[in-house]
Amino acid sequence: MHQTFDAALGIDLLHVNQAGADHNRAHFDRWGITCMNIMSSPGAGKTALLERTLEGLHQKLAIAVIEGDMTTELDADRLRQYGVPVVAINTGRSCHLDAKMVAGGIHTLEHQHDPNALDLVLVENVGNLVCPAEFEVGEHAKVALLSITEGEDKPLKYPIMFQEADCLLITKVDLAPYLDVNIEQIAANVRQMNSHCTIISVSAKTGEGLEEWFGWVRSRVQASPLAKTHTHA
Amino acid sequence: MHETDMTKALILTVRDWWESQPDRPNITKIHLMVGQFTCVEPAGLQFAFEVQTRQTFLENAALVIQDVPLVAFCHPCQQEYQPEIGRQYACPTCQAPMDDIRSGRELKIDRIEYDGAEVGNLTPNPATTR
Ligand SMILES: Nc1nc2c(ncn2[C@@H]2O[C@H](COP(=O)(O)OP(=O)(O)OP(=O)(O)O)[C@@H](O)[C@H]2O)c(=O)[nH]1
Ligand SMILES: [Mg+2]
Ligand SMILES: [Zn+2]
Ligand SMILES: [Zn+2]
Ligand SMILES: [Zn+2]
Repeated sequence: MHQTFDAALGIDLLHVNQAGADHNRAHFDRWGITCMNIMSSPGAGKTALLERTLEGLHQKLAIAVIEGDMTTELDADRLRQYGVPVVAINTGRSCHLDAKMVAGGIHTLEHQHDPNALDLVLVENVGNLVCPAEFEVGEHAKVALLSITEGEDKPLKYPIMFQEADCLLITKVDLAPYLDVNIEQIAANVRQMNSHCTIISVSAKTGEGLEEWFGWVRSRVQASPLAKTHTHA
Repeated sequence: MHETDMTKALILTVRDWWESQPDRPNITKIHLMVGQFTCVEPAGLQFAFEVQTRQTFLENAALVIQDVPLVAFCHPCQQEYQPEIGRQYACPTCQAPMDDIRSGRELKIDRIEYDGAEVGNLTPNPATTR
């Protein structure tokens, strides 16, 4: 005769990733670094935004990039021309970055560069609207991009990333004259599930909105209890 | 794709538990709670679980997935509501944004059922004893 027994576990499926994310965040905290996780669907403009961000901020903040984009080293090279450390991590065929992959990037960075001298680490996630938001990597802020070519309904269909974002960048707004798109509707759809995020319309092409984005980044770096006392001129 | 990773995490967690049991019991069911407001497809998980547990200690185990609906609480209205995923997340009564998710984000191994015919020192759960 068989008896069936029952063991209550109550364990989060993502607890291993969560522990890894906490490990990464502890590194960042020790070094006084603010980390931002940059997420979007493929091609929404993450790398273009990073280029403009390095151009605009690398003299004001000491920045490093962890490039989780599966694209080529070409991307990383484009970013290196601003004189910042760029670590490209191999994501294999994964559709998102996880804490362990980013840990590899952090440890590489640490060997190539004095992490105590850095203010900001920008992590470019794999282009995917569905799951990157589910896997924390140790970031202090989540930034979601949505390009106006993707359609107003995407935040409703793929809500998790938008619900978790601290900043939403509506990108490629230079294309608005050519499209039948209602940018206010995009913002309103995100507001349905996220009342607190900062929403900024930007164009990496014309530079529209970038100053506001830079301001947001700098305020997040400065607001961090770990902000360096030194300031770059 | 991430269903594969999630399943790996599931199996590793269950294995840790199994290896901590002195008698390495025969696991018959794993009860998993999957919120509707997650990126996880239950069907994808079932498939990955079947593939990944073949010829392992979980070969005879079934994965039982409990769907957990998305429930939000509207503070202005002081009441719960069920957002319509894909369509409407704001409160249907007052349009306030979905600010307080009460359930639907779960990805949790709830409990494990196992055979314990030869086991002496465990107390059977009356709910599941046959
Ligand atoms: N018109 C216009 N095009 C842009 C803008 N930003 C990016 N693009 C174009 O959009 C395409 C994709 O941009 P990327 O920066 O590579 O996008 P991504 O999000 O990094 O892409 P993945 O890493 O592959 O997911 C490129 O052809 C860019 O030139 C913009 O502000 N305006
Ligand atoms: Mg890119
Ligand atoms: Zn470490
Ligand atoms: Zn994924
Ligand atoms: Zn309400």
